[in-house]
Amino acid sequence: MSTRLAEGGIYLDRSEKRTFTFNGKRLSGFAGDTLASALLANDQMLVGRSFKYHRPRGIVASGAEEPNGLVNMGKFGTFEPNQRVTTTELFDGLQAESQNHWPSLEFDVGAINAKLSKFLPAGFYYKMFIHPRSFWKHVYEPFIRKSAGLGKAPKSRDEDTYEHFHMHVDVLVVGAGVAGLTSALVAGRAGLRVLLVEQTSRCGGRALIDGGQIDGLDVADWVGQTWGELNAMPNVTVRTRTMGAGVYDHGYVICYERPGDHQPDADGPRHRLWNVRAHQVITATGAIERPLSFAGNDIPGVMLASAVRDYLTGFGVSVGDRVVVATNNDDAYRTAITLHKAGLVVTVLDARPEGAGDAGLRADELGIPVHKGRGIAKVHGGKRVTSVDVCSQAGEGAVLESIECDAVAMSGGWSPVVHLWSHCGGKLNWDEEHAMFRPDPARPPLGANGEGFVVPAGAANGALLHHDVVHDAWAAACTTVDTLGAKVSGKAPEPSDESTKPMTPVWMMPQGAKRVLREKAWLDYQNDVKVSDVQLAAREGYESVEHTKRYTTLGMATDQGKLSNINGLATLSGELNKPIPEVGTTTFRPPYTPISLASITGVAKGDLFQPVRKTPMHDWHVAHDADFEPVGQWRRPYAFVRDGESVHDAVMREVKNTRQALGLLDASTLGKLIVKGPDAGKFLDMMYTNMMSTLPIGKCRYGLMCSENGFLSDDGVVARISEDEWLCHTTTGGADRIHAHMEDWLQCEWWDWKVYVTNVTEQYAQVAVVGPNARKVLEKLGGMDVSKETLPFMQWADGEIGGFKVRVYRISFSGELSYEIAVDAGHGLAFWEALLEAGEEFGVMPYGTECLHIMRAEKGFIMIGDETDGTIIPQDLNLNWALSKKKDDYLGKRAHEREFMADPNRWKLVGLETLDGSVIPDGAYAVAEGDNANGQRNTEGRVTSTYHSPTLDRGIAMGLVLHGPKRMGEILTFPKVDGGEVKAKIVDPVFYDKDGEKQNV
Amino acid sequence: MSEPVTELGGKVVEGWVTVRDAGLCGMITLRGDLESKAVKDICKKVTGVAFPKPLSAGADGRSGLCWMSPDEMLVMVPYADVQMALSDIHSALQGTHYAAENVSDARSVMFLEGAGAREVVAKLAPVDLHPDHFKVGDFRRSRLGQVAAAFWMRDEETFEIVCFRSVGDYCFSLLSASAEAGPVSVF
Repeated sequence: MSTRLAEGGIYLDRSEKRTFTFNGKRLSGFAGDTLASALLANDQMLVGRSFKYHRPRGIVASGAEEPNGLVNMGKFGTFEPNQRVTTTELFDGLQAESQNHWPSLEFDVGAINAKLSKFLPAGFYYKMFIHPRSFWKHVYEPFIRKSAGLGKAPKSRDEDTYEHFHMHVDVLVVGAGVAGLTSALVAGRAGLRVLLVEQTSRCGGRALIDGGQIDGLDVADWVGQTWGELNAMPNVTVRTRTMGAGVYDHGYVICYERPGDHQPDADGPRHRLWNVRAHQVITATGAIERPLSFAGNDIPGVMLASAVRDYLTGFGVSVGDRVVVATNNDDAYRTAITLHKAGLVVTVLDARPEGAGDAGLRADELGIPVHKGRGIAKVHGGKRVTSVDVCSQAGEGAVLESIECDAVAMSGGWSPVVHLWSHCGGKLNWDEEHAMFRPDPARPPLGANGEGFVVPAGAANGALLHHDVVHDAWAAACTTVDTLGAKVSGKAPEPSDESTKPMTPVWMMPQGAKRVLREKAWLDYQNDVKVSDVQLAAREGYESVEHTKRYTTLGMATDQGKLSNINGLATLSGELNKPIPEVGTTTFRPPYTPISLASITGVAKGDLFQPVRKTPMHDWHVAHDADFEPVGQWRRPYAFVRDGESVHDAVMREVKNTRQALGLLDASTLGKLIVKGPDAGKFLDMMYTNMMSTLPIGKCRYGLMCSENGFLSDDGVVARISEDEWLCHTTTGGADRIHAHMEDWLQCEWWDWKVYVTNVTEQYAQVAVVGPNARKVLEKLGGMDVSKETLPFMQWADGEIGGFKVRVYRISFSGELSYEIAVDAGHGLAFWEALLEAGEEFGVMPYGTECLHIMRAEKGFIMIGDETDGTIIPQDLNLNWALSKKKDDYLGKRAHEREFMADPNRWKLVGLETLDGSVIPDGAYAVAEGDNANGQRNTEGRVTSTYHSPTLDRGIAMGLVLHGPKRMGEILTFPKVDGGEVKAKIVDPVFYDKDGEKQNV
Repeated sequence: MSEPVTELGGKVVEGWVTVRDAGLCGMITLRGDLESKAVKDICKKVTGVAFPKPLSAGADGRSGLCWMSPDEMLVMVPYADVQMALSDIHSALQGTHYAAENVSDARSVMFLEGAGAREVVAKLAPVDLHPDHFKVGDFRRSRLGQVAAAFWMRDEETFEIVCFRSVGDYCFSLLSASAEAGPVSVF
């Protein structure tokens, strides 16, 4: 059993007790524990169930690579699934629950899958769920959905806060082990701006456990001294609990800080996402130990050798009284020696017939039994290890002896953490001698200047031994400092040395393992991928490592194959009889380990989720029960709903009132662009399809804008302000887009034209005063002459109304007498309120966007976004009158001449009047005779706008219909989604006041 | 005529870093040839401050100049003086190619005050705000969270922030939430 020893644990503060619960059980640990070490200290070897077979799973590792120890953490607003126990610091009151089991961790029904494993081979999902087709929707998908995912999805709103931080540095050093510290020190002393991030809560990395000396100091002392020096440098920022998560183009690096996870009651954000811009990135990310592939290597108690000594030295936790160490390298001897010195019983099985170097001698001196050329045939046990069958590594697994034990410490060698090097395109070489992929210095990720911007250092660069790590990191840092044009000062640190024997690659233990053993030798613990699965995939023709990954799900779990990838592709390479570098690796994608979605969101949650643009009258609308709709990022009142009314009732009332008395619309959101300069007229003639240069000063003209492909892009009224100045109104959603469109043409195409565009959209509040009483209310407020004679239709004038400085446009989108009045935004609300007060005797009511829509539809006016969808040209909408024939060119002109655009069979705009007076559903299609090539019913038109018109008391619509304008009076049939159909007559789209008498009074 | 109001209505949120509505500010967008003597002279004349270098700004009370782009200057004057300043600009630049528009009401202006103001901005803008790099008088057009914004340091502890009026409320809340979250302890 695993237990806490009476002494030891360099990370612990035994005076500070911490209590926590696991599956409701109350347990305790100490300050400095991770959840993993605390669970092991309480003999909680079993921590979860695997994904597919629900096999019992125990903790394998001690760091970010852990595949098994994932738990649901917290409750309600602090709940989060898939939290890794090895990277979770213990705090008082921590609540954790194991995942993926039912009804309990100890007794799990899903484990029956393991008994059926013969029927769940590689590619099972693809093979099984494809037949019969009809089963997918009702049988397979619900089943898969139910069994998918490890942790539970959170159901409550997240209580915590999150934020971003932006930082620019010369050098970002990722990892504060010996390599990272050495690198940061060199860069810091050179006077560069340095950020050093470390994913755990402490610096020093493996050296604190594995020892060694630097400059004659014990490495722990050197680490402490260096940490102190770095902290004292004003040009160096050091950050623990911060992981280098992803490296992107141009030295952009995401770092993920977890300031709140270990102190949930503290102030400040739980996570902080750093957006770092670094000139150079040094990846001192260390290496990850590889498991060995032997039968039963997934039984709780089988752990990485490094993890076993981490728990012992770091946390004073023994994972078992009797431990078998299985290895193919010298490094695991450290574990054997550490265990032996702690008074535990240990046996070493070294797959190499020649055994180890200095470490082997020390083991011999201590009297540790070492069996050379031996491996594990099989591990016995269910929810924990009970014994190990020993075999000859060279053989097929014949059992030579059995050793009773509580735990197995395995080491298949080390893989450099090349993730950050690879994220942005750094390439790898296969190092035959050490059996590992390491960064190829000749092919680094390239920055904007075509030079490499990532430099690996230490174990991350394949320098696995203490003295190599220090030398390599020094060299990496010197290169970096040099690249940045700074000077290295001080001399290289001098590390201690030891002699080792080379490791021997072991991809299968024993080398000739029989099928029955291979079927129990796990590669991917979380996703239940075995050696036999990868071999089957290879035999079935999955030769590409990327295909094998997806077919078998190897490396696709939340640990992204940190333990399984190299063993998996070595297995694949063996099966394909191709060398490992030819098989290659799968792609290393950011983030390095999962980061919270909330950290990506940062402060953008709740009210700050997205900006809502507000007009100067917005608060008034809120106070007067506006029913809002989003228009771009604005919220515009859809209707002002009164007590006892439905939204529909309110819209009907607003239309009737505006047609009969007086309505006010907040039109502030309309885009307003000032176009000024000697070439402004010429420019606008290119922008609009119709002529704007000839517009007389003081007059307004409705204009259309097309993209260069001829499609309608925007519309609005243009006013000529002076000889060289025009004001262009755009649609609400179009202001920023059209401004950018104009700047694009001015800056990139016609850069020599003298035109300035200024976006003054928000300088003005704009109110549409609409209805037969419009003039009356303005005259009551008093000021400028707004009579028909002085200010006729389609003209504008500056002046004063009711003491407000205004610009008045006589334009109408409703068909009624209408003034659109612009006033400085700071006066917008006051002007709005003055109009309401003065308008009371004339029956004034504010109206919303739906009333606006209905009134324009009654008049047959098109709406960008309703009648247009990016595929519509002006000719489709019978707007040929707005296409100037006098101009040589305008954006879209040439496109309109293309054959397809000039096709007489393009659907054209017509009005639609339902025979029964009902409203046609929006977007409905008119059906024609026969079926198309896909067996679908032919169509001959579709509805673009459809409303109940309170003015006509019937359904009206506009639509695009094949040969529509030539088919007046014909009846079309529109099927409805609910099965019925509506019949509608093709009519003129102008339903109301065709001669425009009302707006021109 | 009514009394003009700002979008923020004088709001203040005090704390480790204080966010404050700067009140009414007169602002003129001036597009033109920033190399020309006429433009430089009139900018200096209406504000009384030196013509700023690229990426910088300068102010004397409510008057100031902010470099917006190679052909755009933001001219700041007291709110009540905008029309006067505009007509001065028009008469000075008449006959040249330029544009000058009153944008005083199109913007929201706020102050961020306190030793930590720099870090609060760095939470929201992808700009190098390190004290060695971003100094008093430096000016940037960037973003804060999800909206466009411009900012500069009036003094070591004061950022002046300009954004569009319609998102003034968003920007103010964004800054106050980021201030409330406390220091990052980097700068």
